[in-house]
Amino acid sequence: MKDTADSYVTEDGRTIGGQILDLRGITLRFGGVEAIKDISFDIREGEIRAIIGPNGAGKSSMLNVISGFYVPQEGEVWFRGRKRPQMKPYQVARDGIARTFQNIALFEGMTVLDNVMTGRLNDMTAGMLAQAIWKGRAEREETANREKVEQIIDFLEIQHIRKTPVGRLPYGLKKRVELARALAAEPDLLLLDEPMAGMNVEEKEDMSRYILDVNDEMGTTIALIEHDMGVVMDLSDRVVVMDYGKKIGDGTPDEVRNNQAVIDAYLGVAHD
Amino acid sequence: MLYREAGDFKSSYAEDSQTFPIRLDRRAYVALVAVALVVVPFVVNDYWVNAVLLPLLIYAIAALGLNILTGYCGQVSLGTGGFMAVGAYGCYKLMTAFPDINIAVLVILSGLITAAVGMLFGLPSLRIKGFYLAVATLAAQFFLVWLFNRVPWFYNYSASGQISAPERTLMGFRITGPETQAWATYLFTLAFVFASAWICRNLTRGAIGRRWMAIRDMDIAAEIIGVDPLRAKLSAFGVSSFFIGVSGALFFAVYLGAVEVGEAFGIDKSFLVLFMVIIGGLGSILGSFLGAAFMVLLPVLLKNLLVGGLGWPTDLAAHLELMIVGGLIVFFLIVEPHGLAQLWRITKEKLRIWPFPH
Repeated sequence: MKDTADSYVTEDGRTIGGQILDLRGITLRFGGVEAIKDISFDIREGEIRAIIGPNGAGKSSMLNVISGFYVPQEGEVWFRGRKRPQMKPYQVARDGIARTFQNIALFEGMTVLDNVMTGRLNDMTAGMLAQAIWKGRAEREETANREKVEQIIDFLEIQHIRKTPVGRLPYGLKKRVELARALAAEPDLLLLDEPMAGMNVEEKEDMSRYILDVNDEMGTTIALIEHDMGVVMDLSDRVVVMDYGKKIGDGTPDEVRNNQAVIDAYLGVAHD
Repeated sequence: MLYREAGDFKSSYAEDSQTFPIRLDRRAYVALVAVALVVVPFVVNDYWVNAVLLPLLIYAIAALGLNILTGYCGQVSLGTGGFMAVGAYGCYKLMTAFPDINIAVLVILSGLITAAVGMLFGLPSLRIKGFYLAVATLAAQFFLVWLFNRVPWFYNYSASGQISAPERTLMGFRITGPETQAWATYLFTLAFVFASAWICRNLTRGAIGRRWMAIRDMDIAAEIIGVDPLRAKLSAFGVSSFFIGVSGALFFAVYLGAVEVGEAFGIDKSFLVLFMVIIGGLGSILGSFLGAAFMVLLPVLLKNLLVGGLGWPTDLAAHLELMIVGGLIVFFLIVEPHGLAQLWRITKEKLRIWPFPH
């Protein structure tokens, strides 16, 4: 495992900085069930961090803790070097953490453009009266944010469906629109919950390229959950492995691949 | 052939997000407004204003208001009648307490009072959703009607328990009271309709409208992108109730003149406006107008046709009217569950590529 104190430069020339998020001793219980047991790991600025593990390992619960949906019974979340107080999900979003969902959570009744524009709502603060008469600040904000959104639409190559209601889109495009909405918020930390679930090889390649581009060009720190081991090993700088709510491995893809506990969790172990 | 955007180039985002992106639409809209402003006031008589235009315009404002709440923000409300009553009684109290203040200002103030009451009754929406919220707003409906019936202060201790609008003028023309000029009341109401539709359109196309729609489509996802559900829902209740209050004030002061609360603002009014919104189209400004037109004009039309045209007895016509209107509602909802506005939208999409659809 790499030294976590200093920044370093990866083989492909990206700079990985210090800790942006640090989870310390997180324990989450639902009644008698311990979904997460005393897990600690960190995410560093500029890296792609994968969380993997078999079904029911607690990966999504972990993301939900980070994005404020679940409040852990024990443990601390440190974000940008400060201990985070208990926050509502919308406050976490305003604090610079955006995410996508395992099952797409788009606004089906709105167009692609409107969906992506919702990602910019935190920067749109014009008052009710200004919006009612559509003058001054309201109009300026709309145009300025539309420009940023159009850049993201270009980036993810969804220009042709800009005005299409999201409900009419196929699955693969919906996943891309959801990524666009999360990116529109210009987050410091982007959480992706199974961004490639249910995709074919071609779509997975596309999505992998977008994730790498986002990380490379926008410098966004990314934490992702993914089941496709090939994708995880190729994309990520470091990997956390979870099983039954416990952390069983943490390190570079190579380290994790050769970790005996991880191999046992994935391939099973003989009981005698 | 004329109806298409080919050759109508947009070179800025502001142009791209305008209300009527197609030139023919813009012209049709300007023509409609011109006719409503310049031609109609000179040709209308008392019958047209009182039986057709005033109810149409006033219900259109109420439908706009409910559409903000139910159509855009996804919160079902059955309290519309009660909120209209708040607007009406607010207007009455203001009219009698401040006889010198301009009636237009008083109508807006009654809207603001209703907005406050609406936000109060919107508080349960933070915890309950769907049908349960509908039942909670139903409580508002019954409570408000009971309040205006039982507390004499609201009807200024009048013996009949009714409220009746005193005479008020605007620029010398009588707007409320027993002797009004038909065209003046029409123009007065039209001004409110115009402003309401314009404000609703502006609110729903910008940031606040997207917050409402995000809450409507998926509240969890809305929260994860930073929408505060409390503020989004309460602002929807506030804005919605404002317009419903304005419509209630106009309904009482300009249209009816005298009101008994249970009769004018009962539960059937809540359902009537809800039907308008559903038939016209949830989440559509145009739909609010189409829905109001459908529910107001169709009975008038049928009555004129059956009694006036065919000479049938009034009671028979009244029963048939109910059956036909009910049947048509079912018919339209089967043809297009998303309302008349959606039908119109589909027609427009087809028109754009007509006559070469491939």
